[in-house]
Amino acid sequence: MKPAPFDYLVPETLTAVLAALTQHGDEAKLLAGGQSLIPAMNFRLARPGVLVDINRLEGELAYIKATANGGLRLGALTRHYQVERSPLVAQHDPLLQQMMPHIAHPQIRNRGTLGGSLAHADPAAELPVWAIARQATLTIQSERGSRQVAASDFFTGLFATDLAADEMVTEVAVEPLPPRSGTGFVEMARRHGDYALAGVAAIVTLAADGRCAAARLVCLNVGEVPQVAERAAATVVGQRPTADLFAAAADIAAREEIDPTDDIHASAAYKRHLVRVLTQRALVQAFEAVKN
Amino acid sequence: MNTFPLTVTINGSEIVRDVEPRLLLSDFLRHELGLTGTHVGCEHGVCGACTVLVNGRSIRSCLMLAAQTHGQTVQTVESLGTPDNLHPLQQAFWESHGLQCGFCTPGFLMTLIPFLEETPSPTEAEIREAISGNLCRCTGYQHIVEAVQRAASRD
Repeated sequence: MKPAPFDYLVPETLTAVLAALTQHGDEAKLLAGGQSLIPAMNFRLARPGVLVDINRLEGELAYIKATANGGLRLGALTRHYQVERSPLVAQHDPLLQQMMPHIAHPQIRNRGTLGGSLAHADPAAELPVWAIARQATLTIQSERGSRQVAASDFFTGLFATDLAADEMVTEVAVEPLPPRSGTGFVEMARRHGDYALAGVAAIVTLAADGRCAAARLVCLNVGEVPQVAERAAATVVGQRPTADLFAAAADIAAREEIDPTDDIHASAAYKRHLVRVLTQRALVQAFEAVKN
Repeated sequence: MNTFPLTVTINGSEIVRDVEPRLLLSDFLRHELGLTGTHVGCEHGVCGACTVLVNGRSIRSCLMLAAQTHGQTVQTVESLGTPDNLHPLQQAFWESHGLQCGFCTPGFLMTLIPFLEETPSPTEAEIREAISGNLCRCTGYQHIVEAVQRAASRD
């Protein structure tokens, strides 16, 4: 018996979940996949007075749908293994598909959810990086109504989001990638599935003449929130992809656009080194993907 | 003490109990039902020793509340073979020396049962990915991988 006592609510509908959040506010915590919350409760780092188990909303909130224009809408309670194996994700969001095997281990992916990972806002998690890289839009609901928030406004700090105490994430949507786009994702973890020391996601789009028309680089676990390397990406735009170009971009990302700290796993200097190497690899992957 | 009226099917038997909501599935299996084949190592989702199946999917029983299994189906290592009649995967572990102290073995077995159903002819890389969430401090994994290959070759 590890977690501290709590009142356990298992609402059957989203309406009932939102009512429970209104009633209990800061006292309440939503239980989705539980793969971060329950360890925190086992350690008693988290002691919610009321646990609102939302797993009975699977019928309502676990879905992956393609939109008319080729984007995707994913329900917040979609589990990682469902995203990992989804043909729609493979077709419409290669970056998301590339990231899924890096999320912990198979048993964790059988439980963990998309909305839970985003709302937890762990700087070492992959899905916040995806949401920022793909400029996703989150749908957030409460009894007060529904609102939409850009991923760039959602993550406000270390394990902190724009969510109010009575709100929950219900859906995440992304627009289609432009034609001639490619994506790459690489991370470095001491063992596969462990929290990554650092990682980089890249999305590139080629113009008809073979030059880079657009680029986006987002770095994982080298700041309180996913770090967008705008100047590094701008270095690549307008140019033909070459190893020298990637090295120049990676240098800017590693020196100027991240904010790593020393911790027990790695020094800040080593994390900068990783971002320099991983940025180049992510760009190579992304440009290769355009060709294929 | 508030309790939750739980009805769950475990290894084919319907179990009806009032449980404290904070009771973890791992502790429910071991302490309340005496199913001590499910081992508890780290109790925060890192070691994989407590892996069981819920509705056929492998999960960490230390990261799920017993109350969350209401209306669902749970399988533990006790649902596999008996000492006199080992499950083919257990037999393969035995023959390949895929265990030494055996503490991690139930978690490996319950991870691998659904994996081999979905991936009957796995590559070594697929096997290693499948067991990436299970720690073994004795074997160095090589004999475990061989055991899985041996089991797969017989299917």
